[in-house]
Amino acid sequence: MNTDDLISMLSTGVEPVDPRAIAKRFSLAILIGGVGALLVILLRFGVRPDLAEVATTPIFWAKIAFPLSLMVGALLMVTRLSRPGMTAGGGKLWVTLGVAAIWVGALYGLAVAPADERVAMVLGKTWKVCAFNISLLSIPGFIAVFWALRGLAPTQPRLAGACGGLLASSLATLAYCLHCPEMAVPFWGIWYLLGMLVPTLVGAAMGPRWLRW
Amino acid sequence: MDRTTHNESLRRREIDLQTLFLSGLKGSQADYARFLRELSTHLRGFLRARLLRQPDEIEDLLQEILLAVHNGRQTYQSDQPLTAWVFAIARYKLADFYRSRSRHDGLNDSIDDTEELFAEPCLEPAQASRDLDKLLQELPDKQRLPILHVKLEGLSVTETASLTGLSESAVKIGVHRGLKALAAMIRGK
Repeated sequence: MNTDDLISMLSTGVEPVDPRAIAKRFSLAILIGGVGALLVILLRFGVRPDLAEVATTPIFWAKIAFPLSLMVGALLMVTRLSRPGMTAGGGKLWVTLGVAAIWVGALYGLAVAPADERVAMVLGKTWKVCAFNISLLSIPGFIAVFWALRGLAPTQPRLAGACGGLLASSLATLAYCLHCPEMAVPFWGIWYLLGMLVPTLVGAAMGPRWLRW
Repeated sequence: MDRTTHNESLRRREIDLQTLFLSGLKGSQADYARFLRELSTHLRGFLRARLLRQPDEIEDLLQEILLAVHNGRQTYQSDQPLTAWVFAIARYKLADFYRSRSRHDGLNDSIDDTEELFAEPCLEPAQASRDLDKLLQELPDKQRLPILHVKLEGLSVTETASLTGLSESAVKIGVHRGLKALAAMIRGK
């Protein structure tokens, strides 16, 4: 087939393209990831019994704000990176600010706390399982986000894979907040972050292989 | 000044190509074909400058890039320069090509210069050595038949559906997936 034949093949009967195709793909991926993580929370982990009370306190919403800002940042970046010729853009700011805010809060909390409580603030009761649980909850979202990316054209597959992993894991962390009883900021700054880092690194590692097009 | 005229012609080319492409995205077959034809003359010039030692590969790589542009056309955002979008695709495919070749070649040919994308148009196509027709034959029927009837014979989706017994959406999906599979087969070679 020469190139003229290819051009005529590609253009013949060409269908109009939906300008919102990328938005729809990622909306679906987030829906699948969110519902998937919620189901695992409901069926396996259980919602924390004091959720109704704690939901009226500002600290609970500060806890929600942390993965939420990372999720917004990851989503902004991954939708840009799925288009050839685009940089990651302003999403980095949301991620940086989210992490910076939690660390400033963590350091302040540790500084003002009595010395003998500091270890408890960092380790909480669930440090052994937290990062693992978040990574586990990320799996449905991770698959869905990579499905979304595979239909698009990321030219920086490692970065796109990392942002995809972060999107899936920040979504999972949001769901995990419904279960996790830990309320000390240093705990979130370490174990939540670690839990989100694992799928991010897996995404970065697998991006070049899984996102080829 | 020379520089201004050069920039002016680049700008006009950007606008011309973008107008055709956007019209193609809305479903205009004629404009889309014109876009692909104009793009291929520019890309051929771009590739010829990059593949001095592999002139036989130019047409194959050009076809691969055109297919990638087509398969990825939903990723174009109209406020983005079309030139930048096309260049990113061409550069990605070229980098892929270099990677699959020897590392030596990849280190010797710089692929970072964006200026040259539309530098010297090259009109006369060479012969492609890869035969896309043969690759098309390898696709499963639910992709091969929609491509054969809709894209090669020019039948409508409705006609193809009644001819093959597939539903209309299955015909559209078959075309879409078939062209993606074709790109994957090229990549695997």
